[in-house]
Amino acid sequence: MLKTFKLGGVHPAENKLSASKAIEKLALPKSVFIPVAQHIGAPAQALVKKGDQVKVGQLIAKSGGFVSANIHSSVSGTVKKVDLAMDSSGYPKQGIFIDVEGDEWEEGIDTSLTLIEKFEADSKKIIDKINAAGIVGLGGATFPTHVKLMPPQGMKAEMLLINGVECEPYLTSDHRVMLEKAPELLVGIRILMCALEVEKAYIGIENNKPDAIAHLNELTKPDQSIQVVPLKVKYPQGGEKQLIKAVTGREVPSGALPIAVGAVVNNVGTALAVYEAVQKNKPLVERVVTITGKSVANPSNFLVRVGTPIQELINAAGGLPEDAGKIISGGPMMGKAVANTDIPVTKGTSGILIMQDKEAKREKVKTCIRCTRCVTVCPMGLEPYYLMTVSEKQIWEKAEEHHIMDCIECGSCSYTCPADRPLLDYIRLGKAKVGNIIRSRKQ
Amino acid sequence: MSKLLTISPSPHVHTSDSVNKIMYRVILALVPALAWSVFMFGFEAIRVTLLAVAACMAFEFLIQKYIMKEVPQITDGSAALTGILLAFNVPASLPGWMIVVGALVAIGVGKLSFGGLGNNPFNPALVGRVFLLISFPVHMTSWPVTQHATVDALTTATPLALLKEGVNAGKPVSEVLLNLPSNLEMLYGNMSGSLGEVSALLLLLGFAYMLWKKVITWHIPTFVLGTIFVFQGALWMLNPENFVEPVFHLLSGGAMLGAIYMATDMVTSPMTVKGQLIFGVGIGVLTVLIRNFGAYPEGISFAILIMNGFVPLINAYIKPKRFGGQK
Repeated sequence: MLKTFKLGGVHPAENKLSASKAIEKLALPKSVFIPVAQHIGAPAQALVKKGDQVKVGQLIAKSGGFVSANIHSSVSGTVKKVDLAMDSSGYPKQGIFIDVEGDEWEEGIDTSLTLIEKFEADSKKIIDKINAAGIVGLGGATFPTHVKLMPPQGMKAEMLLINGVECEPYLTSDHRVMLEKAPELLVGIRILMCALEVEKAYIGIENNKPDAIAHLNELTKPDQSIQVVPLKVKYPQGGEKQLIKAVTGREVPSGALPIAVGAVVNNVGTALAVYEAVQKNKPLVERVVTITGKSVANPSNFLVRVGTPIQELINAAGGLPEDAGKIISGGPMMGKAVANTDIPVTKGTSGILIMQDKEAKREKVKTCIRCTRCVTVCPMGLEPYYLMTVSEKQIWEKAEEHHIMDCIECGSCSYTCPADRPLLDYIRLGKAKVGNIIRSRKQ
Repeated sequence: MSKLLTISPSPHVHTSDSVNKIMYRVILALVPALAWSVFMFGFEAIRVTLLAVAACMAFEFLIQKYIMKEVPQITDGSAALTGILLAFNVPASLPGWMIVVGALVAIGVGKLSFGGLGNNPFNPALVGRVFLLISFPVHMTSWPVTQHATVDALTTATPLALLKEGVNAGKPVSEVLLNLPSNLEMLYGNMSGSLGEVSALLLLLGFAYMLWKKVITWHIPTFVLGTIFVFQGALWMLNPENFVEPVFHLLSGGAMLGAIYMATDMVTSPMTVKGQLIFGVGIGVLTVLIRNFGAYPEGISFAILIMNGFVPLINAYIKPKRFGGQK
């Protein structure tokens, strides 16, 4: 029996159209827009101004606090301006515009493909390097990685969990990394284990990627400390709490962080970035991005410089399909619909999904028939139908009492609702309101 | 780029499931039992069913359009389903005007007076049925003999009614059972009764279909039927002269129809498995109590309606198991 989490979950059509496409390097764009806030936490502070010459890997915005991350230039060229522009959130955000000239890298960055396995086993130095390289969770949550590697006082990590689940339909970037960059990935995992001072790491991979499971099993055979754990395909298994439950059986208490049960979770893409930062001195300036969709001519996986407009990716995959109705940054379950194709690829962009017109529209909302499906599929054991009702009626005490803040916004409830009710829309509203109320109470 | 894109919050994909599909699949699940009732009762079964469905849909349309001033939703299948279930719960010989009155009460009082689909606390078809049973007890309890019966009569009584009559007259159960259909006959459906309840086997077939299509889960029917079996079994073991063995109660009357198609009505059943356990056990216990000790030979309609009334309370107190919640 394959492992999985117990409570709830759904199984949307997988549609992994680009699973067999090897990672290709995307040609350099003419210009990039690099937002200074590509992570959870404080935005970085821009260090460059109009007219400055920058190289690839140069620090151009400095981390704005403990929970924040450095931003490096992903291209070489001239800074055109530091200004506001729309990112995938739909809001104008500050960022740095750079006109690309050549491809000149900073001194000391190793861009060769040579595998370097040996590393200095010094937790503090590793974490400093990861911090300096501006690494954040590449699964999409973009939580600064160095923060995860420094458990709060009195807490100790017991194990590292590597998230190779990729439970979002369509996305294949992690899958390709596991297939094509496995040796580097494993060094990255060892570095992370060393930083956390743990003896054991698990790589959780869903069973729909048997090639990745077999490949990593083969490579980890001599190393008892890293174990591949095949998992039953079920969404949202890539959620931190669900993955921990699936692999270890431990349940992160409501409101607590994974470290409360001794676990630290990192995405495979993040582990690869850690390898490059520590072994190659390379900051996080590029990542693998899936470009996909049912009408996309060539669904592909590209290695893309941060700040590249998504239009470049779309062009490389065969252009915007005639029947494009919606462009999503991320997967179809949790991704964000974007307003135009100028928005940039950022550290958290795992994929660009182009949906057809007919897939893009929502159905008319019908009344709730209390079919219990939303309750059954909720991986947090909540009552989405109830939370929607109290959020709609603005009864915030009831929303809080019924643990609205536990919601991980996976969207399983809205996905499954036969009456097409916008459950998660209202729950998000409720979460924002209740979150504000809780914060103001603490002050 | 000149193309307009849709912007909406996640999730961006949706299951192919819909309210209409759920309703029409339940209706499809009821077709074998309907076919059997046509075989047993002939044209009368078609007459009752068509009239009930047409009346339910017509009342839904008229009330929504002219009283509630809403866009009528009769195509969602829920009114048609209420019509079929109402027809399944009455004798095939019921006069047409009574069926129309029953449909009016089911749709008008049972469903739309509360705001329509999703808002009604009680199963609308059962509201209609119980209204008819109390208002027209004679018509509602005189059952036409089936087309294939060998007796020379126009009406007969259900096995449950005959059992109750016999026991009340002081006869031992074993003697009463001699004149009743065997369990095997009741399983495939050679007995009299309301038109949809005669063949337990075909109702179970529909249940299997609904489980396969994931329209409903196994919980409520299992809890209801399991409780009837256990509770009646206990009574039978205590005193087999007064109480019949439990399989008889599972196969007779509306036990199957009620447990599989009426108690599982989504709108009027609890939201959690634990809640459904309480609900199902409650229906089972009340059914056995009414059938053995009550005035009516059959009690599952009352049992379901009574437990429907507890559903808001159950939903308020029985919560799903939370991830990371207190153990």
